[in-house]
Amino acid sequence: MHLLKSPGSWSRALGWLAAVVLLTGAMLTSPAQAEDIVIGGLFSITGPQSYLGEPERNTLEMVVAEINAKGGINGKNVKAVIYDDEGDANKARLNASKLIDKDKVIAIIGPSLTPTSMAIIDITQPAKVPLISCAAGVNITSPVQERPFVFKTAQTDQMAVARIYQYLQKQKINKIAIITVSSSFGVSGKDQLIAQAPPAGLEIVAQEVFGEKDTDMTPQLTNIRTTPAQAVICWGTGPAPAIVAKNMKQLGLTIPLIQSHGAASKKFIEYAGEAAEGIILPAGKIAVYKDLPDSDPQKAVIKNYVEKYEAQFKTPVSGFGGYAYDAFNLLAQAVSKAGTDGTKIAQELQNIKNFPGVSGIFNMSPEDHNGLGPDAFVMVKIDKGEWKLVE
Amino acid sequence: MAPPCPAFFWTEQQCAGGPGSPLISGIPLEKLAELLQYLFSGLTNGAIYALIGIGFSIIFNATAIINFAQGEFVMLGALVAIALHSLGLSLPLAFGLAVSAVTLIGLVFERLAIRSAREATAISLIIITVGGGVLIKGLAMLIWGKDAYTLPPFSGQEPLVFAGATILPQSLWIMALTILLVVGLEAFLHFTILGKAMRAASFNPVAARLVGIRVSQMVQFSFALSAALGAAAGVLIAPITLGVYDMGTMLGLKGFCAAVIGGLGSIFGVVLGGLLLGVAEALASGLISSGYRDAVAFLILLLVLFFRPQGLIGRRPSRSS
Repeated sequence: MHLLKSPGSWSRALGWLAAVVLLTGAMLTSPAQAEDIVIGGLFSITGPQSYLGEPERNTLEMVVAEINAKGGINGKNVKAVIYDDEGDANKARLNASKLIDKDKVIAIIGPSLTPTSMAIIDITQPAKVPLISCAAGVNITSPVQERPFVFKTAQTDQMAVARIYQYLQKQKINKIAIITVSSSFGVSGKDQLIAQAPPAGLEIVAQEVFGEKDTDMTPQLTNIRTTPAQAVICWGTGPAPAIVAKNMKQLGLTIPLIQSHGAASKKFIEYAGEAAEGIILPAGKIAVYKDLPDSDPQKAVIKNYVEKYEAQFKTPVSGFGGYAYDAFNLLAQAVSKAGTDGTKIAQELQNIKNFPGVSGIFNMSPEDHNGLGPDAFVMVKIDKGEWKLVE
Repeated sequence: MAPPCPAFFWTEQQCAGGPGSPLISGIPLEKLAELLQYLFSGLTNGAIYALIGIGFSIIFNATAIINFAQGEFVMLGALVAIALHSLGLSLPLAFGLAVSAVTLIGLVFERLAIRSAREATAISLIIITVGGGVLIKGLAMLIWGKDAYTLPPFSGQEPLVFAGATILPQSLWIMALTILLVVGLEAFLHFTILGKAMRAASFNPVAARLVGIRVSQMVQFSFALSAALGAAAGVLIAPITLGVYDMGTMLGLKGFCAAVIGGLGSIFGVVLGGLLLGVAEALASGLISSGYRDAVAFLILLLVLFFRPQGLIGRRPSRSS
C-alpha cells in the first residue's frame, strides 16, 4: 500500500496499468496478416441516421464473410475494419484518418451521408485511397477531375427527376405543379425539377414549399388547384408528403400525385393510409424486384441479396444496404484485376461497365464516378398498400 | 348557390356549364371558393392553437408563469390516444383515457417540477418548464421512437363540400369540441365554487388564502386542467397531422402566440387570438407564399407585443409580482 500513498506514485501506477491494458488489447485484436486485403467501412451505425448505417454495416459484414468462404479475392483473405461515425462529420474525419494511417486499408466503403462523405474527401483523396460513398449527393463525385479516387453507388435526385419526367412525357403531361419541403432534400430536388423541366418540354405552373414539420398543406394545394397543372410532384421525406397526399384527397384534387423517392418506404404508405392509393413514385428496383422481368439483369442480383440478407438478419431488407453491397462488389472486381495499389484500383473502378448491382447497372467512366442513369429507378404505383411496377 | 360541379375549377373549361361570372362585386366565384378554403384551413388550425393557448392562459393566471411544456401535453395526448387505440380500444374510450392519463402527468409535473421549486422566481420556474418539456419529449422519443403514427378520424374520411371549398369531418369535430370546451370552461370558472375559487386565487392569492382557499391546490388544479386541454387538442388534431414525438414544440409555440395575441388574461381573447393566427397563416401561405407561414405567425406576435402588449382583449395584468 505504501506505493500508492503519494499522488505521484498513483499516477505512475495508473500509467503502468494503462500501458498493460493497451498492450493486451493490441495483442487480443488479431493483427491483420501480411497477405490479408484490408478494406475500411465507415457508416452512421448509431445516431439519427442509423436506419442507413446499420443495414450498410450488416451488408458489408455479410458479403465479406461470403467472399472469404469462396476463397477470398485472388486467394487472399478479405478483412473489413468498420467504424461508426454516428452521422457526425468530425467523427467521420477522425475515423477516416484512423482507417488510412493505422489500419492501412486499401479502400474505404461509406460514409452513409452526403455531409460526412464530403467531409472526408480531403483526407482520402490526397492519400490516394479509393472511396466508394453510399450517400446520394451529386457533389460527392463531381467534379471528377478534382477527385479521381472518389466513387459512389447510391442514385441521385438528378436521376429521380429525369425518371419522373420521362414518365410524364409518356403520359402526355406538360403542365406540372411542384410542392417541395424546405429542407436540403427538398431544395436540391426543387433545383433539379426546375433545371430539367425546359429540356423535357414541361412547364412548371406552380411552385409551392412546405416546412418539414408542417401539418396542413391545403393552402398551397388550393393555390395549385387554381392553375392548369395536370400533375403534382411532391418532394419530401417523413410524414409531410403523406399529409400532402391526404390534403389532396380532402380538396378533391384528382390530378395525379407523384412523390419523390424520399417517399419510397413502407412508412409512407402507412402514414398516408387510403390517400396513398394511386400515388406514383420513382423507387429503386429492390422495391419491386419480384415484378421485374427475368430478362432484367438486376433481378438475379437483387434476389440473391434480399434472400441472403433476410435469412441472416431476420429483418426486412432496405435499399440502403444495397449501396454497400454494390460498393463492395465493384471494389472486389477492381481489386481482383488491379491488386492492392490505390491508383490502380481507382483506374479499374472507373473502367467498370455493365455491372448489374442492386441499385442499378453501373457504367463507370472517367467523367462519371457514379455510373448510374435514370434507369436505376423504376416508376411504381401504390395499389392496395403495395408497390406495383408501372413501367 | 354554387352550381353542382364535381371539380373545383370554377371556369368554363373545367366545369361544363359552370358560370365563370362574378358573384359578389367583381370577385369571381373561383376566388371566393379559394378564400373559403383558406378560411376552413385556418379555422381548423386556429381552433387547435386556441385550445393550446387556453392551457397557457390558465397556468399563467394561477401562477404567473408560462408553462413551456404545454406543447408536450399535446404530443402526449396524441401519442397516448394512438397507443390505446392501437390496443383495440374504441376511439371515445381512447380519447377519454388519454386525456385522463395526461391530466395525471400534468399533476405529477406540477408536483415534481413546480412545487419543489416554489420559492424560485417566475423566470426560474419558466426555465424549469422548458427543461421539463425537453425531458417529456425525450422520454416520448424513447418510448415511441421517431416514427409518426396515425389515428383514424372520428367520423369518416370523405370531405364535405361547401360552395366549392371542402372541409374534413374531423375539422368540424375540432371546431365543435373547441367551442364546447371553451363554453364549458367559462361556465366552470364562473358558476362553480371550484371555478370561482380558482379565479379568486389568481386575482389575489393573499386575499384568497385569507378566505380559506387553498391556493397551492388551485395551482395544482390549473396544471391538471391545462394538461387535459392540451391532451384533448392533441387527440383532436392527430387524425389530420399524425402523431410524432416532436410535434409538440411548434404547436406549443403557436399556442403561446395565440395566448399572447389574444391576451393571456381572457379565455375568449385566447380563442380570438388562436383563430386570427390560424387564418392569417392560411391566408399568408395561400396568397403570399407558403414559405411565410411561420413568419406571419411570429410577425403578428411581435406586432402585438410592440403595440398592444396586454393582448387584443386582455387587460393589463393585475398582478404586480
